[in-house]
Amino acid sequence: MSLITEWTPEIIETEQVYKEVGVTDGEFAYIKRVLGRAPNYTELGLFSVMWSEHCSYKHSKTLLKQFPTDGKHVLQGPGEGAGVVDIGDGQAVVFKIESHNHPSAVEPYQGAATGVGGILRDVFSMGAKPIALLNSLRFGSLERSRVKYLFREVVHGISGYGNCVGVPTVGGEVQFDDAYNGNPLVNAMCVGLINHEDVQQGVAKGTGNSVMYAGAKTGRDGIHGATFASEELSEDSESKRPSVQVGDPFMEKLLIEACLEVIHHEALVGIQDMGAAGLTSSASEMASKAGTGLRMNLDFVPQREMGMTPYEMMLSESQERMLLVVERGREEEIAKVFEKYGLEAVTVGEVTEDKRFVLEHKGVTVADVPVDSLAEDAPVYQPEAREPGYYEEFRKTDYVPEVRNPRNVLRALLKQPTIASKEWVYDQYDTMVQTNTVVKPGSDAAVLRVKGTDKAVAMTTDGNSRYIYLDPETGGKIAVAEAARNIIASGGEPLAITDGLNFGSPENPEVYWQMQGAVRGMSGACSVLGTPVISGNVSLYNEAAGGQAIYPTPVVGMVGLVKEASHITTSDVKNAEDLLYVVGGAEREFGGSELQGMLEGKHFGRAPHINLETEQRRQQQVLEAIRKGAVSSAHDISEGGLAVALAESLFAEELGCEVEIEGETVTELFAETQSRFLISIRREKQTEIEELIPEARFLGKAAAHGRFHVIKNGATIIDEPIQTLKADWKGAIPCLVKSEG
Amino acid sequence: MKFAVIVFPGSNCDEDMYHAVSEVLQEEAEMVWFEEADLDKYDGVLLPGGFSYGDYLRSGAVASVSKVIAQVREFIAAGKPVLGVCNGFQVLLEMGELPGAMLKNRDLKFICREESLTVEQTDTMFTSRYEEGETISLPVAHGEGNYYCDEAVLEKLRENRQIAFTYKNNPNGSTGNIAGITNEAGNVLGMMPHPERAVEELLGNDDGLRIFESILTHWRDVHVVNN
Repeated sequence: MSLITEWTPEIIETEQVYKEVGVTDGEFAYIKRVLGRAPNYTELGLFSVMWSEHCSYKHSKTLLKQFPTDGKHVLQGPGEGAGVVDIGDGQAVVFKIESHNHPSAVEPYQGAATGVGGILRDVFSMGAKPIALLNSLRFGSLERSRVKYLFREVVHGISGYGNCVGVPTVGGEVQFDDAYNGNPLVNAMCVGLINHEDVQQGVAKGTGNSVMYAGAKTGRDGIHGATFASEELSEDSESKRPSVQVGDPFMEKLLIEACLEVIHHEALVGIQDMGAAGLTSSASEMASKAGTGLRMNLDFVPQREMGMTPYEMMLSESQERMLLVVERGREEEIAKVFEKYGLEAVTVGEVTEDKRFVLEHKGVTVADVPVDSLAEDAPVYQPEAREPGYYEEFRKTDYVPEVRNPRNVLRALLKQPTIASKEWVYDQYDTMVQTNTVVKPGSDAAVLRVKGTDKAVAMTTDGNSRYIYLDPETGGKIAVAEAARNIIASGGEPLAITDGLNFGSPENPEVYWQMQGAVRGMSGACSVLGTPVISGNVSLYNEAAGGQAIYPTPVVGMVGLVKEASHITTSDVKNAEDLLYVVGGAEREFGGSELQGMLEGKHFGRAPHINLETEQRRQQQVLEAIRKGAVSSAHDISEGGLAVALAESLFAEELGCEVEIEGETVTELFAETQSRFLISIRREKQTEIEELIPEARFLGKAAAHGRFHVIKNGATIIDEPIQTLKADWKGAIPCLVKSEG
Repeated sequence: MKFAVIVFPGSNCDEDMYHAVSEVLQEEAEMVWFEEADLDKYDGVLLPGGFSYGDYLRSGAVASVSKVIAQVREFIAAGKPVLGVCNGFQVLLEMGELPGAMLKNRDLKFICREESLTVEQTDTMFTSRYEEGETISLPVAHGEGNYYCDEAVLEKLRENRQIAFTYKNNPNGSTGNIAGITNEAGNVLGMMPHPERAVEELLGNDDGLRIFESILTHWRDVHVVNN
């Protein structure tokens, strides 16, 4: 029995049933024009998911067009499962980031786990072997018991899925802010490795070719997941639990092996993941991209439950499923590959010439719509934008923090969850499987060697939403620049980015204004830094019950190429007596800083400014110095400023330091001025580094005495055992998670 | 020397094991799909880590009754070396080739990090290249690595000197800090830490390489006649 009442076309129209599935009056009229009649319930379902924000980008399409998407390394830009970037020697990296915010808000374990599963499929459906997972997470205040639960279960879900499929989770970021109390963000990124000739496309070419369904059976889970992801969270969201998919990482592991084998089979024409909007999106997109049509008989779809209706089958987001197009007559050969792994691959339809999407079920045609109307012709909206009142006010606000005791402030900053060690998180991830991980979580970027070569790939996720909230355009620039800085500090040359755009409702003009600014800023930085956008994801309607929108949170996932293994650099200072330098001066910028959040409990004022030319110059200088072997460690100066960056760099070896600062104390220690690096070098490299990076200013040296010692004008400002600071930094998150709340 | 790396559905350290033996140790190795194995062709069997059969039922339980297992038993009975790492260790326990059982980690969380180990026993074909009492570091990556056995079994393990490695800072609650044990005959080693992840300086640790070198040394001593 169907669990959903399937109304007749008449009732759908007269009772406005379409509104319940997120279709507006205007959109319904458009559907009627396209079909020349009212849609039946199954057809309405197809349109509602394909025209959801999640699948159609109807409110963000015009913005996304601003992103630079071309570059000399780009082999495949946005439009396929994931983007592809050349790394030389006939090899390429394939990567993409995707959000699973709404599911994770109501069912954090499965929401996060299936987010990982989905992004893996986007990558291996391109023919690439997944080599790494990263994530970008945002939670509310860890003082709250609901937030603790979400945090624990999201991390557990990521670890449960990623560890089992045997892809290391090598990096990411976790930030905490009240803005995410009701709506956590869970973005997962996957990086794959591929030979150029193996790149696949999701196309349904060749009239008469067979459409095959492979992997797990279709059940009633995740029905309308895409629609759910395209509306605000509400009191009602708990009841949307059935919209959350359930993952099976063992099935995914088998599917990866089978798909990576099947891509070498010459009978394979096209392959695509059944992700959001499941069978509907994969089938209609594959046909639309190829300029063909599709006819499917749903009787052949493997089903997990009895009596499923066409509507349920087409809208299910059951996990671990792939759609393949195969040369006619060779279906058996393909099925055999899957059979080895105990997986089912069955023929469910064929490619047609007429560009229509036709579904049959029990001898009856249950849907017949133009393919392009689903995949291409979704309405595009140009929402209204309005500058929020706070923006001008913030621009005029000069915020200067009051700090009496820098030592206490440093200790407190190190305990801020956003700054504190994330060991509690990444200890639960298998970071090493596949034995490529040279730089594990905890440094600026993760670095993986490429077996059989001397090169490596560096990867990171970044995005400081507080700056973007204060000033979307500047914050957008900073997000890209900081990601690039992390790649540079690890010895890599930034290649390209994937963007995860997480915002509130685009129908709120102030939110849309934030989106415009952030995209403008990111595009500008991508152009200057030479990192085109090759894939991405948009997650809108991130608003908790009560209409509280999250901070605008675009996340940048960046991959870089480390040309030689000897260039790989970490943020850890290696030896006592190594010299410490800071690249770039600090300015009195505290708007959106960790210090401001800690002292004032909120964020306001101006975001730190950024000059992209300065950024690029310093990045190039630091990379050049790393490549010449002059740099022992490099660390991006970000949240918490120089003092935090310095402490973090000393923790691994528990070294002390003797550092002398100039200028205004609080600014020098804690300002979050952009485009800065902290580097350490061996003594004999002093002259060389000062020539290579003229802006590098000598700070002092690392010391065996294990004390974090900072002086100014001969007077001690901070003198604290590094072990005390490390204990603060390491203990903060475990302590918050365990405490009753 | 020729190694077989047995691949079960859900194994995920199979390629790492293969890489360690063929690329780093530079001995012959083959990945062998569990249904297609002919173990007569090999001198050593490696049971890799991962989540065979998704860890459904219990870790290693389904693999321990799968098609290749009868051959693995014969291989063991013939006195040839079998190394089971992580999930491979769990499979050996489920097979009954090693005593004891595996519980969930004490903190009920998956853990992945470097752990310090003490080499307890060097008089085995797996550990001869270490010094007795030596401290080494190997990565662990498991959710169910809390080795359990009762007092009597523990006593017997100690008496027979079957405990190969112990943890210095027990990460999972295992009985007697046990990280790895051999069978009575000494030709089967099961261990939770991953030596195959620690065979190259580039990745920051090569403490695990000597396990593979020990196996090779033993095989050469037995099979290669020195004139």
